[in-house]
Amino acid sequence: MKKGYIRTVASALVVVGTLALLQRLLVPKYVDGIVEGAFVAEYYKEVKDHDLLFVGDCEVYENFSPAVLWQDFGINSYIRGSAEQYIFQSYYLLEDAFRYERPDVVVFNIQSLQFAEAQSEAYNRMSLEGMKWSPTKVKAIFASMKEGEHFLDYLFPILRYHTRWSQLEPTDVEYLFHAKPVSFNGYYMRVDAKPAENVPTGKPLADYSFGDNAWKYLDKMVELCEKEKVQLVLIKAPSLYPYWYPQWEEQVERYAREKGLPYLNFLELQEETGIDYRTDTYDGGLHMNLSGAEKLSRWLGEWLVEHTGLTDRRGEEDLSARWEEKLSAYEAEKRRQYEFYGIETGN
Amino acid sequence: MLFTSYAFLGFAAGLLLLYYLLPRRCQQPLLLGASCLFYLAAGPKYILYILFTALTVWFTGVRMGRNTQKAAAYLKEHKEELGKEEKKAYREGQKRVRRRWLAGCLVLNIGVLAVVKYTNFFLANLNGLLTAAGRTGQLSFFALALPMGISFYTFQAVGYLVDVYRGTVEAEEGPFRFLLFVSFFPQLIQGPISRFGDLSQTLYAPHAFDGRQVSFGLQRMLWGYFKKLVVADRLLAAVMTIVGDVGAYQGAYAVVGMLFYTVQLYADFTGGIDVTIGLAQALGITVKENFERPYFSKSLKEYWRRWHISMCSWFRDYLFYPLSTSKAMQRFTKFTRKNLGDKVGRRLPVYVSSFVVWFSTGLWHGASWNFIVWGLLNYAVLMASEELEPLYAKFHARFSVEGRLWYRLLQVGRTFALVCVLNIFDCYATLGETVQAIGSVFTVHNWGVLWDGSLLKLGLAGLDYGILTGGCFLMLGVSLIQRSGSVRERIGRRPYWVRFILWYGLFLAVLLMGAYGVGYDASQFIYNRF
Repeated sequence: MKKGYIRTVASALVVVGTLALLQRLLVPKYVDGIVEGAFVAEYYKEVKDHDLLFVGDCEVYENFSPAVLWQDFGINSYIRGSAEQYIFQSYYLLEDAFRYERPDVVVFNIQSLQFAEAQSEAYNRMSLEGMKWSPTKVKAIFASMKEGEHFLDYLFPILRYHTRWSQLEPTDVEYLFHAKPVSFNGYYMRVDAKPAENVPTGKPLADYSFGDNAWKYLDKMVELCEKEKVQLVLIKAPSLYPYWYPQWEEQVERYAREKGLPYLNFLELQEETGIDYRTDTYDGGLHMNLSGAEKLSRWLGEWLVEHTGLTDRRGEEDLSARWEEKLSAYEAEKRRQYEFYGIETGN
Repeated sequence: MLFTSYAFLGFAAGLLLLYYLLPRRCQQPLLLGASCLFYLAAGPKYILYILFTALTVWFTGVRMGRNTQKAAAYLKEHKEELGKEEKKAYREGQKRVRRRWLAGCLVLNIGVLAVVKYTNFFLANLNGLLTAAGRTGQLSFFALALPMGISFYTFQAVGYLVDVYRGTVEAEEGPFRFLLFVSFFPQLIQGPISRFGDLSQTLYAPHAFDGRQVSFGLQRMLWGYFKKLVVADRLLAAVMTIVGDVGAYQGAYAVVGMLFYTVQLYADFTGGIDVTIGLAQALGITVKENFERPYFSKSLKEYWRRWHISMCSWFRDYLFYPLSTSKAMQRFTKFTRKNLGDKVGRRLPVYVSSFVVWFSTGLWHGASWNFIVWGLLNYAVLMASEELEPLYAKFHARFSVEGRLWYRLLQVGRTFALVCVLNIFDCYATLGETVQAIGSVFTVHNWGVLWDGSLLKLGLAGLDYGILTGGCFLMLGVSLIQRSGSVRERIGRRPYWVRFILWYGLFLAVLLMGAYGVGYDASQFIYNRF
């Protein structure tokens, strides 16, 4: 009898152990190529006492540099963003962040209002898989799942990635038990430049109204920030495309007015921010490169200090020490990329 | 609820747990509830069809059963008073009453099946005829959705009814018990078509938890999932590519399509039946085998004794025998023997009955000329084999090859090739496309595609071919071992860790190599659509 129990327990351990190991091996590590899927999980390694949180899609994680906000203004910020992060995912990532900390300001990029429902399973994965398990994550998954997706596939990602064994890379083994940092407080750095030329204009739409579900989650975000006494700032990053329609702008402006929220459309602040679309974008106007992101961050930092009362925390010893390390990694990555892209910096 | 869906796995796991945790008197209601829930998951309105069949057949069965009892009691009571002729007349009279009940119920239920399954096929053919006759205007089609498993449960219920009529089984008095027989969910969507006399023996009995039975059942399910997910659904992409564009995929591609589809059909259908029988076994219920290594058959006749056994035996017992022994056929036999001689006259009625059976078999598989032609081609080959039997006998008498391994292999290979060609008739969208594809084998000489890498453009990568080859060898190996007894029992006699490694290895194979989840279309079992 005792032997039987031992055998059963040993078998169960073998099953659980091998399945856990296989799962770790098969899930994408997002350390090469598409690294956006790793951003959400990196947040949990942070000491969570940020003054400012950004939430949104690529229009935040590629357009604002927390390093500059720290260096120039002493603002301790973090970006909770991932590729095509939908508004409901931004809401739940914010709710998730509030489980750990209360920032003074939240900046939300409203580009994702255009999507009332999830558009792609792959983007869902990148936004949701990195979240730590909590009731918030469960709600985020159910809010995001497209037809044909299953909660079980999120609970046990091996079911989703079971065929990845044929595409495994050495990095899958190298980062089996630890992740490689790929962002700088959620910022995705690119130093190369590709001028914005021949930017396509938007095709006329049959209906310019944002979907009810998108509004619902913006309302929820406003309510959450009010409840937590956090200042919410709406922004539209200066990406030239996807095209930002005037009809969309009107709706957001009206909403911000009604709710008494600050709204900054960086597309209209080109002169103030100094963005030069010949040098400040790495993909022809879709996203900012380092130069563009640093310009935007400097302008936003000034605005935040002036309008939200964020204070300079550079005098805090522990925090400064942590940032020292981060800045050194940030500068190292800058140098690496300048070298990689063959860019003369003059330094 | 697809057998391959998470919902089904959760449903089956929950059912098994409750089945053995609740008192045994709850097992039957639980199974009935689960079966109804399973059916409701396909669409609430469809349950009305199966309820209609269950209710009408149950009621008719009870009426016939009571009539049989009444007749027996009457004859017993009046044993002394009635003469032989009077008894015979009374029996005949009562049989006529039962036959009327039987006929009425058959018309109702086969009628429902015919209406929902064949109305649009009939209208399409009628439209064709009208057009050919120069009439303008077309008859409109009806938006009739086919209730899940209607061909299977109707045949199962009809089989029961005929058995009651014949007195081979007693009528089931309990309506809910009968509803469970008709709707028992593991076999609802793709069979087997169980006989009441077989299934009722274990379906209604209370079952104590038997670890060995449960584990054997789960092992069988796992094997079924391997066949379905690793082999059948992996082949699906290539088969769909080939049959989806007959103009582009001709000659060698058509041959590859035939081969792939035959393997896919086997893995899909037998895999599904493995899941059915395995789940039933885990519940303590015995469902009869539906296959006996059909691709090892040495002739088409043997193949049809080993493939979809429950359907073939249904057609044999409930259509062929009644038809070939009917009074009309006896009269026809008399006529043909008189006019065409004893030899031909004796055979012709059998051929006519067989024709009806194979036409019906084709039609049962689907409302399309593809299936009808498929059925009739099977019929033609079987009849030709029958006619050539004396020639074979002469050949075997002259050359002593029968029984030799190479000759057996040749026979198996020949039968397999024949089945490949016949099967493809239920795969292409139209009969014209099927004929075009088969014809291209002789007219398009593109055999180079077999080795120039073109096969890697059918939706299968090199690795997929590797997995398929491994999967096919595994299925072949298991079939070979099965000839000398149950593989599971054989494995069950091995030391614990050997068993563990084998079954856990199979589980991992399904988990890692199964064609499921994102990137794969969840495919229903092929026989679900019949």
